[in-house]
Amino acid sequence: MQTAVIVFPASNCDRDAAMALEKVTGKAPKMIWHRDSEIPSDVDFVCIPGGFSYGDYLRSGAMASCSPIVADLVEKANKGLAVAGFCNGFQILTETGLLPGALMRNKNLKFVCRPERLVVNNANTRYTSQYEAKSIVTYPVAHHDGSYFADDAVLNKLEKEGRIVFRYADNPNGSLRDIAGIVNEAGNVFGMMPHPERAVDELHGGTDGLGLFKSIIESI
Amino acid sequence: MAKLPDITPEIVAEHGLSEDEYKVILKRLGREPNLNELGIFSVMWSEHCSYKSSRRHLGKFLTTGDRVIQGPGENAGVIDIDDGDCIIFKMESHNHPSYIEPYQGAATGVGGIMRDVFTMGARPIALMNALRFGEPTHPKTKTLVNGVVAGIGGYGNCVGVPTVGGETNFHKGYNGNILVNAMCVGLARTDNVFYSAAKGVGNPIFYVGSKTGRDGIHGATMASAEFDDDSDEKRPTVQVGDPFTEKLLIEACLELMATDAIIAIQDMGAAGLTSSSIEMADKGGVGIELNLDDVPQREEGMTPYEMMLSESQERMLMVIQPGKEQLAFDVFEKWELDVAKIGVTTDTGNLVLNHKGKVVCDIPISPLADDAPNYDRPHVKSEPRPVLVAEDIHETQDYNDALVKIIQSPDIASKRWIWEQYDRHVMSDTIDSSQSGGDAAIIRIHGTNKAVAITTDCTPRYVQADPYEGGKQCVAETWRNLSCVGADPIAITDCLNFGNPERPEIMGQFVGAIDGMNEACRAFDYPVVSGNVSLYNETNGEAIPPTPAVGGVGLIPNLDFFKTLKGAKDGDTLILIGETTGWLGASLYLAEILSREDGAPPPVDLQKEKANGDYIRKLIRNKRVNAVHDCSDGGLAIAACEMAFASNIGVSLQAAPDGPTHGWLFGEEQARYLVSVEKNSVNPVVSTALAKGLFAQVVGTVGGDRIQAAGAFDVTLAGLRQKHEEWLPNLLNGTDT
Repeated sequence: MQTAVIVFPASNCDRDAAMALEKVTGKAPKMIWHRDSEIPSDVDFVCIPGGFSYGDYLRSGAMASCSPIVADLVEKANKGLAVAGFCNGFQILTETGLLPGALMRNKNLKFVCRPERLVVNNANTRYTSQYEAKSIVTYPVAHHDGSYFADDAVLNKLEKEGRIVFRYADNPNGSLRDIAGIVNEAGNVFGMMPHPERAVDELHGGTDGLGLFKSIIESI
Repeated sequence: MAKLPDITPEIVAEHGLSEDEYKVILKRLGREPNLNELGIFSVMWSEHCSYKSSRRHLGKFLTTGDRVIQGPGENAGVIDIDDGDCIIFKMESHNHPSYIEPYQGAATGVGGIMRDVFTMGARPIALMNALRFGEPTHPKTKTLVNGVVAGIGGYGNCVGVPTVGGETNFHKGYNGNILVNAMCVGLARTDNVFYSAAKGVGNPIFYVGSKTGRDGIHGATMASAEFDDDSDEKRPTVQVGDPFTEKLLIEACLELMATDAIIAIQDMGAAGLTSSSIEMADKGGVGIELNLDDVPQREEGMTPYEMMLSESQERMLMVIQPGKEQLAFDVFEKWELDVAKIGVTTDTGNLVLNHKGKVVCDIPISPLADDAPNYDRPHVKSEPRPVLVAEDIHETQDYNDALVKIIQSPDIASKRWIWEQYDRHVMSDTIDSSQSGGDAAIIRIHGTNKAVAITTDCTPRYVQADPYEGGKQCVAETWRNLSCVGADPIAITDCLNFGNPERPEIMGQFVGAIDGMNEACRAFDYPVVSGNVSLYNETNGEAIPPTPAVGGVGLIPNLDFFKTLKGAKDGDTLILIGETTGWLGASLYLAEILSREDGAPPPVDLQKEKANGDYIRKLIRNKRVNAVHDCSDGGLAIAACEMAFASNIGVSLQAAPDGPTHGWLFGEEQARYLVSVEKNSVNPVVSTALAKGLFAQVVGTVGGDRIQAAGAFDVTLAGLRQKHEEWLPNLLNGTDT
């Protein structure tokens, strides 16, 4: 299995994502520069890492969604390539339109970094198959703009189609319906604000995130 | 170009230069300087850049050691951590700007200290900060805390370097001058460390990073003066940070550093282009000629004076290997950074500036750097305070109430509200951080099983009470905190924050603290490798408490052997290493329960410190202990509570073996460690200590869900934790100004 991580200017969890992917797949991911035009054809899974692409200027993820690589990303994702965005990666995916909704400033207007308990709301996705339904996992969160927003019609649709993959047990940011992570209709594009890639090491953040990466491998 | 004004005594005074200093300039130039030259002299000879009041005293510090690769004098200190790895670190103040404009002042403080570290070839791996604010009820305090914390987080989080620890104090002595001290720790290879000495003649000088604007002009001079009621008017001298550009600069510089293109590199910090070019030239013994028309500029019509004195952030200056220019251009353009060749090294020994076809400055470099003023300011020793005896100090009749008061006092209360705004986990190597309330942060060296431990400490009320003992204590507490996690302490950086050095009593505090710190450094073989001095922290003649903040770094050679305060287990026994006599002078008990700040501070016996710390590290390596915590502010009682909070289990302390209970529970003797050990380790731990001539005694047990001390307090863990946690949010929530 070949994974890849897209690096934008001021992505800063690119190394964290690469380490997690190497740990679970045994193979280093390809690091793709945002100005490249194409995702190599042998790539099975693309991770959009966390960070502050373009300094979060204008709006988190907005400028990165205009980077040259994104056109190919959108095209391949629409054809079924597995793509997951964590934190800033989730913000970028909503800005590209691959995922619905938007991430707004946290309800208390402050950056929040802490281990966060999440409920696996749907264990029947290619990102969560290794978890028990409704089980609780702990991943760190670290964001300023993590409050998930969409209109009621979208939220109801997400709810009905089982596309709310993770919910916060103790909502840290004001996300509507406690949404922490969602998938697209086809189930191949996934985004979440918490950091599973920072929960793959007993000494650092625990190992609850391993299940998510193992689920991805399983699904390829 | 408009004609430069003639130099009048008023202009000289406005530049913060004394009449005598101006006379020296006249003598060394053999003529009157023009305004550009005067501006350059004024910033280079400011207290901030020249250390003119402190230099002769800093020279006393121990600065060498087996692991020291680079001591003071470069952008940051460098220490060897084996296997070809080295740690590059420094702490720096950004006090004056943070008071005037807290968000940007703090943010640019973080940016500046990171540049000092990556300039030398290191990837920044951790940030720490030591913050001092005025009393909680002061009208400015909430706004300042909000702004400073948001600024530190806003910068560090974006750049993607974890902010892993620090300390925050509140005291009325900081009402008019807060302290924002930021520390950065970076990782490099010992064979790829970069220095600032320019070399060769005719080598190209490159400018990289943000464009130069009019911000921060005279920032260094501002940081070298007292405040008065009009200090808010100095806001334009505070710079604005751009962490996005900083992140690109880090990646671009490290990418270019992996080639052989860079001869010398220096960040543009205080006094910007002036200080960076002069330091590079002076260290390399060469001259520098700059063409200011080529400097990337943010605004039109900037004068040479403005360009040379601007403190615009996120800028670097480097001397590039001839023939490698294109390589440098390619790397910086990849990262979308402004880059320009703005000059060359020369053999004249002079700084020559060209602008619009004219030479606008031509001055010799050596007097600017080497011959800067070096004052021996008069200093008087602080009056020694009487030693207080616990029996003479009022004993509370309600220990539950006293414990709650201290646990929610400003210095002890949980700082979660602050550190939850900092990304502590990015880079995936944070083994321990503020999150556990531990003694030192632990950061793994990427891809290895070793780690560095990092701590910052200072107890200003001790330094105020006795600068010499207080200075010793600052160093000793960092050494103790590193020992607590099983790290071998290696070296320190310091940030010496004091009032106006022209007052003999302030200078006396400064000299006393340095002498005490130095004695501790020598006793522990624990050198100073970098640091900075921040003087003139005064408003309307009121100086801050003397605050020599110390940042210590140690090495955990193997992560199979480290401890924190988190591991206390049900059924464990608590053992106290180090002797308790009931020292309440200058203690938190005195301050919080009796509103008194008198008495001599606890003396620091460096021999005992060393012996006890060495023993603690041995216990950790031998896996004899489950949890370790040092006894500092608030004494044994607070150490036990903090261990209970972190381990999420109750503790029960025994009654005082002799002497009054308040001295036993809240006394602040130094060189003490609280350890939690399993039952079968109690005898070996105590008997080995006694055999070594150390003081060790069983003081309690671990278990249940209460915090108890026989004959004193008995409260629930959950209730006490709530008091500990709620103080800061209650103070600050709803004050987003």
